[in-house]
Amino acid sequence: MSITTDPRPPDPATSGLRGRGRARLGDPLFRWLTIVAAASVLVILGVMMGRTTLEAIPIFQAEGIVGFLTGDLWSTGQSRSEVTGQYGALPFIYGTVKVSLIAVALAVPIAVAVALFINEVAPRWLRKPMAYLTDTLAMVPSIVIAIVAIFWFVPNVTDPIAQWVVASPLGEIPLFQGPAQRLSYWSAGLMLAIMILPIITAVTRETFAKTPVDERLAAYAMGATRWEVMRTVIVPRGVPGLVGGTMLGVGRALGETIVVAFTIGSSQRMGSSLFFGGDSITAVIFNTYATASPEAIWGLLALGVTLFVMTTIVNVAARLIVQRSGRVTGDASV
Amino acid sequence: MSTDLDTRAPARGPAASIHEPSPGARRRRTTSRGMAALMGVAMVLAATPLALILWQVAVQSGAALGPSLHGIGSFLTQVEPLSYRETGGGYAHGIVGTLYMTGVAAVMVIPLGIAAAVFLVDHGRGAFAKLVRLFTDVMTGVPSIFVGLAVYAVLVTTLGFGTFVGAVALAIIMLPIVVRTSEEMLHLVPPDLRAASLALGARQWQTTLKVVLPAAAPGMITGSMLAVARAAGETAPLILTAFGARTIVTALQDGRGQADVGILMADGMSQPFDAGLERAWAGGLMLVVIVLALTVIARLINRRSQI
Repeated sequence: MSITTDPRPPDPATSGLRGRGRARLGDPLFRWLTIVAAASVLVILGVMMGRTTLEAIPIFQAEGIVGFLTGDLWSTGQSRSEVTGQYGALPFIYGTVKVSLIAVALAVPIAVAVALFINEVAPRWLRKPMAYLTDTLAMVPSIVIAIVAIFWFVPNVTDPIAQWVVASPLGEIPLFQGPAQRLSYWSAGLMLAIMILPIITAVTRETFAKTPVDERLAAYAMGATRWEVMRTVIVPRGVPGLVGGTMLGVGRALGETIVVAFTIGSSQRMGSSLFFGGDSITAVIFNTYATASPEAIWGLLALGVTLFVMTTIVNVAARLIVQRSGRVTGDASV
Repeated sequence: MSTDLDTRAPARGPAASIHEPSPGARRRRTTSRGMAALMGVAMVLAATPLALILWQVAVQSGAALGPSLHGIGSFLTQVEPLSYRETGGGYAHGIVGTLYMTGVAAVMVIPLGIAAAVFLVDHGRGAFAKLVRLFTDVMTGVPSIFVGLAVYAVLVTTLGFGTFVGAVALAIIMLPIVVRTSEEMLHLVPPDLRAASLALGARQWQTTLKVVLPAAAPGMITGSMLAVARAAGETAPLILTAFGARTIVTALQDGRGQADVGILMADGMSQPFDAGLERAWAGGLMLVVIVLALTVIARLINRRSQI
């Protein structure tokens, strides 16, 4: 009789091991939870980009995208509801690109030399401390670098160099033309070089370290000196990493705000010389935000979108280059 | 043949030593040493800015903290006087604000980031996972000021300035750091450990929560601390989201603003008055100490990690 009342006798394979119904939901639930978390990265990026663009649309409509990017007059209106001023982003784009190029030109040779020194020349016990030392610079808050920059680096380092170059025969070239201003593209570029040095060094060091040991030993066995091994084996192998690391550095430099805002000089004149004051996208956002009218805020948002597009292009390209030789690790890369 | 050898040998002279097998060896060795020395110079050049920054911050903040550092107490417990001309006072409101916002951001973002990393490790081969990974990397490169602008456009326009809005901006900056470092650490967990847990009958989620995550915990704590250190030092996005305040703000979101050490520093160093500037230097010293301490502790934890 009991057989008829229970049509399905308990089967150990299904009842004992598979657990009760609720516990079985654990896995799918957990998986969906992690999927949602992963998707949040995309959602956050999408919302940030979408909403900022949406808010900036009045500016893009009034100026046209090309007009916005190529206009050289930034003259904000005071309206709360319509675009009355002129919004040309060129002086800021020019400044942003110019200081980033200065930074890269100064930082890359030093980064390569430091990477080679740490990997190849320094005694083994010193390598890790020195790598930490270069990485630590990346962790110093930029507001701290800014305060040291304006009160120490500008008067003691960048300004004397600028005065000296302007006084030298080089001063005849438009690029080094005087009179040298204290707050200038050059001052901002030099400080940026200091700030992007860690990431370029970290990426370069990593790719240099990946040189196959056989090739290095073969070069040494054939009688190459240490420098010849670096020049003919290690550096050529590390070129993709160097390019990728440099571009990551450019991405950093394009977006750095506070140091540039305090050292670039806030001038929209677009001078040819390194030693003239200028302005950058980040600097104008930082410096004028607190006193901006609603209309000017749209303008700043439009600048922000421009900056985001610039850095994202550079960063995606850099990551694609670097990713082919493995991801970047270490403190400086985050 | 033999005459050739005879005429060449005297011209070269006997090899000075086994280290001089060819005439160019000396020159090549000198070049090599010269380049190595040049690299050493570059290394010194690269290490100098950090030393200069630490030295300047330490020396200059002495004026606000006093010669025997007796000013530290008041700097940490008092708010800034209403005028930048007045000496004394401190950054208590800024410290509260920075810690408050960083804390709220950490609470929001660390579980989210770890969950995303778990997804990337458990299901890391699909196109979606690749996309997430690429955009996480892209997100580390998004300028912090843009994060500030975006949070302004999305949240500040409706909620106003405040702790929560500032924390959201910091959380967005921390998210990719947490995801990346956690993913790296989770990858280091030996597959045997996972297999053993599954073989004992644990479900996937039980394996992840009770075996994999604890094994990777030290490394993930390191990554999270680096993210917190980065957030604690951020200023640019907070100018647009926290805005600043002159008193200690305890509200989570009151629409009026929250103070931050970085913002106070930016204000203090833009003023022509010595007293405000001195406080800015002291604030800088404090930020450096907090951030570097977090970084060093994070590395020490990571070094003790078993995997």
